[in-house]
Amino acid sequence: MNSVQSLIQPQVLAQIGFAGIVALTLTGALIAVFPRNILYNILGLIVCLTGVAGIFVYLGSPFIALMELLIYVGAICISIIFAIMLSRPLHLSLPKRRLPKVGLALGVGAAVFIMLSAIISRTEWQPAATRSSDWSVATLGAYLLTRYDLVFEVISLVLLVAILGAIIISGYARRSPS
Amino acid sequence: MAAWQNLVNFLGPDLARIVVGVVGVLALVQVNALFLVWLERKVAAHIQLRIGPKEVGPFGILQSIVDGIKLVGKELITPRHADRKLFMLAPIAVFLPVLVSFVVIPFSERLLIRDMNVGVLLIFAFSTFNVLAVLVGGWASNNKYSLLGAVRAVAQNVAYEIPLLLAVLSVVMWSNSLQMSEIVASQSKVWHVFSMPVATLIFLICATAETNRAPFDIPEAESELVAGFHTEYSGMRFALFFLAEYSNMLIVSAVATTLFFGGWKSPPFLGFLPVPGLIWFFAKTYALIFVTIWVRWTFPRLRFDQLMNFCWKIMIPAALLHLVVYAGIIKIVR
Repeated sequence: MNSVQSLIQPQVLAQIGFAGIVALTLTGALIAVFPRNILYNILGLIVCLTGVAGIFVYLGSPFIALMELLIYVGAICISIIFAIMLSRPLHLSLPKRRLPKVGLALGVGAAVFIMLSAIISRTEWQPAATRSSDWSVATLGAYLLTRYDLVFEVISLVLLVAILGAIIISGYARRSPS
Repeated sequence: MAAWQNLVNFLGPDLARIVVGVVGVLALVQVNALFLVWLERKVAAHIQLRIGPKEVGPFGILQSIVDGIKLVGKELITPRHADRKLFMLAPIAVFLPVLVSFVVIPFSERLLIRDMNVGVLLIFAFSTFNVLAVLVGGWASNNKYSLLGAVRAVAQNVAYEIPLLLAVLSVVMWSNSLQMSEIVASQSKVWHVFSMPVATLIFLICATAETNRAPFDIPEAESELVAGFHTEYSGMRFALFFLAEYSNMLIVSAVATTLFFGGWKSPPFLGFLPVPGLIWFFAKTYALIFVTIWVRWTFPRLRFDQLMNFCWKIMIPAALLHLVVYAGIIKIVR
């Protein structure tokens, strides 16, 4: 039969899609870290988080993907950008990259990476077939308000941290106008 | 017909649906913008005791096509100190949510591209990119008016999104679903505009603010900011912002129709008329759009502090209270 499925296997297409999403996420992450223009960093972060949302879609949970967009891109990134727009003008000379700061950032990043990989490698992953396939919005809602109640509350701290961070970045510019 | 059948066979039902849907949405967006520009000018003119466009075609109906051709022919100017990459990216990004949102809007019982079970969420999640595009465009222009317009747009959009979502939340609780078709189905007896008039009012006010329409149009207040965030844009780039604005009006009105005015269903007392759902849907949607235009040319622009106070001190508490009250009502009724 002459159809698009005979030209490209659906599995191959799915893998290409996955590779695309991962590439998007990693590109976004790199843009978020390396350019010296702070607005580019945030836009990179947005690309990265959109990629993460794509991974959730790929895993079959569009609800989580949309929440990712709504909360992380919609609320957090927009509020960060908003604070940064009110901060120091970009044509002023940038503060230099200080070695202790870079080292500290690398250290924290490495610690988080090690912790996450330790958790991931210790978890006993079950094949998808044996797990519950009921990921409807109602189930997720029930989980969030019962079993994962504390996690849910702790996550809301992220917003607080984002706002505080943005205030510190913009407040820093006001304190040293030189 | 055979060629058509071949195409559908070649793409498979899912892909064919997407291709046809996207082409249909693109056509709808263009025609809608052409029509709304003309309608806006006509309505504005009549409200101000003028006639409005009348030279090109009957009642000036071809005026916006001529305007469109003029825009296509104009030079694309990039200011010297603008951030070139982002400056080009913004008009493209502003169009992304437009394309995505139409995917889940049920135009009639059968005519919708994809009936996702998180439909409502999809529209609000992607509307973020609209704010983002405005912000990036305003910042990349490297113009003080653009930047001020962008900052105002974000402050306003972020604030008004809260009561908007709270109003939508009560509808979702009532219909017990985020799926657009089920929300329409839950209104088969009583439209939500009658069962929750306060939420409807909150939604419509916030939707006007979200689409940056007067009296909430401080991001592009002509008398203070030249043209706000799109001051530096010319030609088709400006046209894309404009197209997105009018498409957002359509989306917001279509969502309001779906959530509060019974979607494609006919009014209960007119159920005997043999009018297809599509006609009802567009009749309601364009009636709402007409109201938006009417409001724009009737009320003066708010000051920025009035706008923010109105949102944080009146709309958000009202929406929260409404949500709590309706949660109680729903608990009792069920």
